[in-house]
Amino acid sequence: MSLHTNTLKQLSTELKSKSVSSVELTRHFLDRIEKFDGDLNSFVTVTKDHALAQAKQADELIAKGKAGPLTGIPISQKDIFCTEGIKTSCGSKMLDNFISPYNATVVEKFNQAGAVMLGKLNMDEFAMGSSNETSFYGPVSNPWNTDCVPGGSSGGSAASVAARLTPASTGTDTGGSIRQPASLCGITGLKPTYGRVSRYGMIAFASSLDQAGPITQTAEDAALMLNAMAGFDAKDSTSVEKDVPDYTADLANNLKGLKIGLPKEYFGGGLDSDVGDVINAAVDQYKKLGAEVVDIELPNSGLSVPAYYVVAPAECSSNLSRFDGVRFGYRCEDPVDLEDLYKRSRSEGFGPEVKRRIMIGAYALSAGYYDAYYLKAQKVRHLISDDFKKAFEKVDVIMGPTSPNVAFNKGERSDDPIAMYLSDIYTIATNLAGLPGMSVPAGFANNMPVGLQIIGNYFGESRLLNVAHQFQMNTDWHTLMPDVFK
Amino acid sequence: MSLGSEEIKKIANLARLQIEESDIPGYAKNLSNILDLVEQMDSVNTDEVTPMAHPLDAVQRLRADEVTEQDQREHFQQHAPKVEDGLYLVPKVIE
Amino acid sequence: MEWETVIGLEIHTQLATTSKIFSGASTAYGAVPNTQACAVDLGLPGVLPVVNKEAITMAIKFGLAIGAEVSRHSIFARKNYFYPDLPKGYQISQMDHPIVGEGSVDIELENGNTKTIGVTRAHLEEDAGKSLHDAYDGMTGIDLNRAGTPLLEIVSEPDMRSAKEAVAYMKKIHSLVRYLEISDGNMQEGSFRCDANVSVRPKGQKEFGTRAELKNINSFKNVEKAINLEVLRQIEVIESGDEVVQETRLYDADKNETRSMRSKEEAMDYRYFPDPDLLPVEVTDAEISDIQDHLPELPAAKQARFEKDMGLSTYDAAILTVDKDLASYFEEAADKSGEAKLTANWVIGDLSGRLNKDDKTINQSPISADMLAGMLKRLAENAITSKMAKEVFEAMWNGEGDADTIIEKRGLKPADSGEVEKIIDDIIASNPDQVEQFKAGKGKVMGFFVGQVMKASKGKADPAQVNKLLTEKLK
Repeated sequence: MSLHTNTLKQLSTELKSKSVSSVELTRHFLDRIEKFDGDLNSFVTVTKDHALAQAKQADELIAKGKAGPLTGIPISQKDIFCTEGIKTSCGSKMLDNFISPYNATVVEKFNQAGAVMLGKLNMDEFAMGSSNETSFYGPVSNPWNTDCVPGGSSGGSAASVAARLTPASTGTDTGGSIRQPASLCGITGLKPTYGRVSRYGMIAFASSLDQAGPITQTAEDAALMLNAMAGFDAKDSTSVEKDVPDYTADLANNLKGLKIGLPKEYFGGGLDSDVGDVINAAVDQYKKLGAEVVDIELPNSGLSVPAYYVVAPAECSSNLSRFDGVRFGYRCEDPVDLEDLYKRSRSEGFGPEVKRRIMIGAYALSAGYYDAYYLKAQKVRHLISDDFKKAFEKVDVIMGPTSPNVAFNKGERSDDPIAMYLSDIYTIATNLAGLPGMSVPAGFANNMPVGLQIIGNYFGESRLLNVAHQFQMNTDWHTLMPDVFK
Repeated sequence: MSLGSEEIKKIANLARLQIEESDIPGYAKNLSNILDLVEQMDSVNTDEVTPMAHPLDAVQRLRADEVTEQDQREHFQQHAPKVEDGLYLVPKVIE
Repeated sequence: MEWETVIGLEIHTQLATTSKIFSGASTAYGAVPNTQACAVDLGLPGVLPVVNKEAITMAIKFGLAIGAEVSRHSIFARKNYFYPDLPKGYQISQMDHPIVGEGSVDIELENGNTKTIGVTRAHLEEDAGKSLHDAYDGMTGIDLNRAGTPLLEIVSEPDMRSAKEAVAYMKKIHSLVRYLEISDGNMQEGSFRCDANVSVRPKGQKEFGTRAELKNINSFKNVEKAINLEVLRQIEVIESGDEVVQETRLYDADKNETRSMRSKEEAMDYRYFPDPDLLPVEVTDAEISDIQDHLPELPAAKQARFEKDMGLSTYDAAILTVDKDLASYFEEAADKSGEAKLTANWVIGDLSGRLNKDDKTINQSPISADMLAGMLKRLAENAITSKMAKEVFEAMWNGEGDADTIIEKRGLKPADSGEVEKIIDDIIASNPDQVEQFKAGKGKVMGFFVGQVMKASKGKADPAQVNKLLTEKLK
């Protein structure tokens, strides 16, 4: 049976035509997880019984003709989304024992859509990392070369889809955590506009940057996933009260006259030349489809990594203060006093990268440094955001590489935070601005996948998906998967 | 900006983290490098720029003053580290 | 050396919303521990705050009542510190852009003068939970029911110069928040509490002295005591050649001392920054004027009205309007009896005295405004004498029914003028010596005659009438 090579869209059609049941489909993917995930380590928790129960319910709905596009479709959740009664670890020892008492809004929405949850996916600890090596549960392997990292922080989400252990997954993106692993694993990832998807129940890393989105084989599948995920949530003050369009509606539109902006800053010295070649070829493909290319400038984009490493750590240092060993999560053994309870619980519960970021953030906000770091970063953030505003006066989408290089070897950058941080040099700016961005498989360099990044204007997800879909109608990079997992 | 071990200890204390003495030089080096990276921001003049706290130019939505949450104490405390008679217990707090 | 005291107060008043400031959990007082602490209040991973509209409205009401600028654009910020009763490791508060800006209130001084006390700002924040020390064998128990209850922190200028002024200011704010119905002001339950910043300086010196912050004082009496103690301590420190240290001190009511809180002494670095989970709160001019239009009558306006329309003295009107419930009680009784001045005298005198004696508030008075009015009506029409009125009052207090029932049951009735005249004639006849003395110009003897007549009438005579008749007959 090769059900797993089907897209979500195809599986949806097959479920509706009853050529396969949700229970069969679910078992198929559970079997694949069992068979292959030992090497990949993409799952923290496989929720077999839960999945089969949901699949059974879905089959009943399908039988009654009450199925929606996602009814009975197995998906997997990044372990950052709270799932009631199921361990929600956020990749940390701190939450290794945390059984969430409630569901994230995203999880609720998939439940309402009748989707089946196969399990919870591995990730960098508290989403802090670009290689999935900071996870308490160990690194995830890249399905294209298991010596390599899958990218991060949604490493499990990307690897599991790339190896077709799940038809689709969810991820979160604070500085590139959906797009960069999607790029490194050769699949499609979408980070929506800030505020488009509810953050309620998604364990916060940096609240003003975090945004959830889908990781899928195709843009069409991403549209189907986003249809379920997006929407206003009264529980999230930063969620936007704006109607959700049908994201599949514009997919078929042709790209004649599409104006693509190419920022010269995204094609500079830091870019691996083989990766650059793939991106240029992809842009040529768009020209063939009738698009027009415009050279643009994002003059402050070089400051996005520096600004991000103030804003994100500052917010995380505060967001992670609630992990204190009092009400949930890890608590050290036999604390002698309150300070000991706090310090040991937190030091034993958090890994080194999380501690580093908490400390940087605490420092940037502390008396005497606030203006020089935090306030400065917020101002730079404004400049970066204005760069995009100006650019979008001239173009419809912006394109460039998602990552400056292909997947690197495990361990290669884990001792050098700065080198690791620069993995996100092209993705971070969109988070600072709150814009939507995608990564789409565009080819290979050194036998490893390369992702094309497409950045859209605010709430321009439909356009982004259309642009990505048309590319995929004319290329087959997105259909490729590593042989060993076939 | 180069951080010394005293500063590392001070920040760690502020963040209620306990850093082993032997790990301090490592943290000092990494954090100093990160600050160097961050200080690239100084290359641009921002005197006339207003700080941006949120990506979207939106305003706070207000909730009606209604009780919507019911008691779920047992549910919430099921996996709590240390609870007695419904209270979360911590080592004695001295004021 | 002569010393001058400088005091500024930070008053925390819990707002009387039904639900919490950032969650839909109940704010009701006294629930079983942690039964009113929802996922948001507990700071569970992934939860988010949403602002309660009523808390914003209440803060605006306060701002308007003290003539302050209400911010059209206010921002919630996080104040970061670790404490077990602070679930998230930060308190959501306001720093740079509070909802209420500069305003002021007037307080009445003992010498009858009025003094204006500046209010620097008032900002919204969430209350913390409660720590129950020594609950369990060397452990502290944490109850988070109170966590997330809205607080308005009202910060004054250092404008007060004595503990008495501080108390007068605190009472004024207390009165205001109760008038505005934005807080129950219940100090026993901690709904209204204050921190006092206290310093001393040689009289005439311009610069402030180093201040100490006295934490969490929860009664008017303790504010006065704590400040006076602290002032003495600081003077003693300076006079013995030492320096006052800037620190946080705790007032211990049991030991009647203030002592340093070492735990808070380590330099606090709260690392305030705008809360990224919340957006700026925008208030429009239209919303503000709508709130303004619906403000209840405030103490100053009520006092002016009592003076102008009811003919009360400034003193009486001021006393009657300090407490909103007392003012309402008075107004109802005055309306029903038609005797404003008489009602004021009784409410301020006998009723307040009796309430005080039994440690009751006006709302707990066994005599309703209606009952008091009934009695005062009879008194005004001379159906009973003042002495009888006191008897009726006491009987009503003890639950024997309304005035008419008591008057009827006890057969209370003033003596008629014929009766009184007869008594006077008898008294004059049987006291010739005193009559002589009176005629010789010894006016004091009048008192003797009145006393004798009242005694003989068993209190049923009206003293005013007795006076009048005696004067005529003794001529």
